[in-house]
Amino acid sequence: MKLDAKIPSGPIEQAWDKARFDMKLVNPANKRKHSLIVVGSGLAGAAAAASLGELGYRVKCFCFQDSPRRAHSIAAQGGINAAKNYPNDGESIYRLFYDTVKGGDFRAREGNIYRLAQISVDIIDQCVAQGVPFAREYGGSLTNRSFGGAQVSRTFYARGQTGQQLLLGAYQALERQVHAGSVTMIPRTEMLDLIVIDGKARGIVTRNLVTGALAVHIADAVILASGGYGNVYYLSTNAKGSNVTATWRAYKRGALFANPCFTQIHPTCIPVSGDYQSKLTLMSESLRNDGRIWVPLKKGDQRPPNEIPESERDYYLERRYPSFGNLVPRDVASRNAKAVCDEGRGVGKTGLGVYLDFSDAISRLGEKTIRERYGNLFDMYQRITDENPYKVPMRIYPAIHYTMGGLWVDYQLQSTIPGLFVLGEANFSDHGANRLGASALMQGLSDGYFIIPYTIGNYLATNKFPKVDESHAEVQSAVSEVRQKTNKLLSIKGKRTVDSFHRELGKLVWDYCGMARTAEGLEFAIGKIRALREEFWQNVTVPGSGDDLNQSLEKAGRVADFFELAELMCIDARDRNESCGGHFREEYQTPDGEAQRDDDNYSYVAAWGYTGPDSPPQLTKEPLEFHYVHPSQRSYK
Amino acid sequence: MSTTASAAALGPHRNRVVTFWQSTNGKKVVMAITGAMMFLFVVGHLLGNLQVFEGPEKINAYAHFLHSIGELLWIVRLALILAIILHITATVQLALRNKRARPIGYSRKEAINSSYASRTMYWSGPIVLAFIIFHLLQFTAGYIHPESRFIEGDVYHNLVSGFQVWWVSAWYIFAITLLGFHLRHGLWSMFQSVGIAHTRHTPMLKSAALLIAVAIVLGYISIPISILLGIVK
Amino acid sequence: MKLQLKIWRQRTSTDKGAFVSYTVNDVDPEMSMLECLDVLNETLIERGEEPVAFEHDCREGICGSCGFMINGVAHGPERATTVCQLTMRHFKDGQELVIEPWRARAFFPIKDLIVDRRAFDHIIEAGGYISVSTGQAPDGNAILVGKDIADQAMDAAACIGCGACVAACPNASAALFTGAKIAHLSVLPQGKPERDRRALAMVAQMNAEEFGNCTSIGECTGVCPKEIPLEVIATMNRDYLRASWTRREDQSETILPFTEWSTGSKLQSDPTSRD
Repeated sequence: MKLDAKIPSGPIEQAWDKARFDMKLVNPANKRKHSLIVVGSGLAGAAAAASLGELGYRVKCFCFQDSPRRAHSIAAQGGINAAKNYPNDGESIYRLFYDTVKGGDFRAREGNIYRLAQISVDIIDQCVAQGVPFAREYGGSLTNRSFGGAQVSRTFYARGQTGQQLLLGAYQALERQVHAGSVTMIPRTEMLDLIVIDGKARGIVTRNLVTGALAVHIADAVILASGGYGNVYYLSTNAKGSNVTATWRAYKRGALFANPCFTQIHPTCIPVSGDYQSKLTLMSESLRNDGRIWVPLKKGDQRPPNEIPESERDYYLERRYPSFGNLVPRDVASRNAKAVCDEGRGVGKTGLGVYLDFSDAISRLGEKTIRERYGNLFDMYQRITDENPYKVPMRIYPAIHYTMGGLWVDYQLQSTIPGLFVLGEANFSDHGANRLGASALMQGLSDGYFIIPYTIGNYLATNKFPKVDESHAEVQSAVSEVRQKTNKLLSIKGKRTVDSFHRELGKLVWDYCGMARTAEGLEFAIGKIRALREEFWQNVTVPGSGDDLNQSLEKAGRVADFFELAELMCIDARDRNESCGGHFREEYQTPDGEAQRDDDNYSYVAAWGYTGPDSPPQLTKEPLEFHYVHPSQRSYK
Repeated sequence: MSTTASAAALGPHRNRVVTFWQSTNGKKVVMAITGAMMFLFVVGHLLGNLQVFEGPEKINAYAHFLHSIGELLWIVRLALILAIILHITATVQLALRNKRARPIGYSRKEAINSSYASRTMYWSGPIVLAFIIFHLLQFTAGYIHPESRFIEGDVYHNLVSGFQVWWVSAWYIFAITLLGFHLRHGLWSMFQSVGIAHTRHTPMLKSAALLIAVAIVLGYISIPISILLGIVK
Repeated sequence: MKLQLKIWRQRTSTDKGAFVSYTVNDVDPEMSMLECLDVLNETLIERGEEPVAFEHDCREGICGSCGFMINGVAHGPERATTVCQLTMRHFKDGQELVIEPWRARAFFPIKDLIVDRRAFDHIIEAGGYISVSTGQAPDGNAILVGKDIADQAMDAAACIGCGACVAACPNASAALFTGAKIAHLSVLPQGKPERDRRALAMVAQMNAEEFGNCTSIGECTGVCPKEIPLEVIATMNRDYLRASWTRREDQSETILPFTEWSTGSKLQSDPTSRD
């Protein structure tokens, strides 16, 4: 198979305009005749459902939570980037584009990223008009901050709750369409399979999570906006319900899965405190603007931090990266934290933590200033750990946060299955091997508000949609597969709980396909994951029935998919013999321990195709070409 | 699937007065306004009654003056009666609605942020109402006037002889204290109901409500206490 | 430490439901309340019993999924904290915790500690938005919003829709929730054009959902994880009062409240149906 990204030819600045002009339009009177399915109600899903509803399509939007407002986009703290250049500090669309290509370590498409940077300005306007209470200057204009090591202030924010406010904006737009009757919202419902008829995505099979009832929803196109798969690691900053099931079932129906091993580890999370730990709490990256990261020089130093003299502290980021210091990109900061902990210099009960110390900033700026900047984060830290970060340094440790990989899509956001569109974190498109801070919100909203409304019209206008009903053989086989799988999970009645399997799987993936990977380790992990998956299907226990609300059953289905995904992640990581962004193969590093890319052999998107339960996935490569930003070694020294 | 909204309309009420009264917020506005009217009466009544400390001539003359204005007095009385009826009707309807809003109660429920006065409005209100009826029967109509004779027109005598009965005074003090509680919450809450609130002013308003409530209670109960102590005879 | 959890168990919305007591040993003071329930559930599953169903998702206090009563207080004893961020160090060894779902007619029970909060979605659906379609927006800085106003809007917009306000209110009133959205949008210049319409529609829907009325006692704001001020209710009342008398046309169309979580459409021709 040859992958065609369908990026318009010609100058990159005009590509999106050209693409929009070339797209066929759907007659306004005909829009009402087209039905669309949107799976997921986060930034991408809610924005898409609302915008498509406004255009006049008949939209059904699904989410597994009790309300679309709960989607995990809500937890994003820091902000959203846009090339507005309000601060007059040198920002431009081109600079945002350049930074994003470079930040992604040259493993993403230039065309997509340029469009993202262009659209970023419209997103801010749209959100302001919706009533998102962005931070303001006294004079009433929008204010910006610098974030995630960017050299310009391009990040818009609403306190530490930017994701919440943007999601509520999209949610409100969505509810407006629900009221108008153009969108039907179907909450507490999980997509369990994709229906593909004559090679086109034509519907989904769902399970009502309250009653257990299976249902079939037929439409002219299906849009997946179901988020990332960070929960494969069990412990992550994702919501407990975040899962890969929707995209995974699409993969098994023929959509290619791109770059599954590109996962992002966020350096500033609250460390694990015990075996019962259910998730990790992120502390905003902005803390690194004023906090200094250090560990004791000596191994196993048990003294409380305040008793360790300055001369016995190792400010390792400042030492190794004198020009960027504590503000190095996420992947670099995370990897270094792991390295010092591996040396036995980690702090806290578990030895998996480093200090983030504000004492210098407090003595320089005063406690009041620090409280103004980070008050809510300090409160949250204290609430969880019972330690006062104004007095003792915070303890932080990296945690999985975002997954750059996802279903392969072209410039139109269409997967390899015609009629199946994938938006937001669920697709692979814009972040390459590493995502920059405050870019995820930008991408989700760009896909949902400003890209899919155009590209889906082109698809609908250029295809025919013969009537399909439930009795179609493909529909029936999808339903019966879902039913069989559910019944199978309920019938095993083994000895181990779903969570115990998930924890064990997560630990394997974290250890071997986490912050540092080796070919040998990945090989080992693949074997272990297969064995564990087999045990899962023999020995898992799922209490209750499939006819009512059964949270164990929901989890079991999701974990079953995580097993298969974990294997694919390891295969992809093993196959990519280079280090880039979040993918760090220990065999491929520069003499001073930095990621060593291999542009000659690996400047491509690895798109994997499903070939059957026991046969290896098939790799298709989409070569990446760089006409504007020329690949160079990232250096933060 | 019917998990989605069945967007049928509950028939629109064309008359905005009806719509307003039927909404909980509208009823609360009515309660606030009628409450304010009754509060004005409570203040006026107190100022009049405090003349008892100035001797029989003064207060009897005041009573005579009130009766001499005739129609105007009845307008005030009618307005007050209407206020009371609306205030009570709204309360009863809202209370019934609130009972329905939580068909199954909690096995355990703690109050963590509300004042005692605010939580007991449903008790202080009816008890004060019962008191008012008793109070009117005693001092206005003279039907109940234990242990002495009610003399039409001699307010001073009626007051002093009435409050010399210890249980009348005790009942009076108790009810007035409850009125104080009712006002302590109602006085600031009426502003909230008509939409006047401010993070800086509302705390001041709450303190003012407490002060006014205490002043009113002290003012009223000073009369029976003085009579019982023999200061006013 | 060891805790006694007295938890409300109810299989379906029509079941009667009852409290069941469980002892959880080895409670770590660092655990969150939800992690303590996780530990209990693991032991229940291993014993072949059904785990306690409770709602949760982000577990960092922002999604608004979680919430139940602990010893008579919504979200438990810590102020400004959801149960997912409530650590067990706030309880004493050997203590009994009575754990109950939110209780209100508008929030009918689904299972154990899970209730249906779609009434909140209805209130937003009725008018909790600014009617602007994608692509219609002027430049972000075309509308100036003073910092004071932006902050005031943000204070109200911080609401996570968890339902603790309704749960804690003796009248099961949704005034804080509704007021928060009305206040958020009504103080901003972008929200002014449809302020009257919004207040009328949202208040009408709030009343149609059979919530109780507000008696301004303030229990809601006391348990609110985001400490939304009572002031927002006054803003709602003011907007409603104003709109009721100044608006030219009468309108109070509302959406019928949900009364059950329907079983959904049965498949017409199901190859493996068991019934």
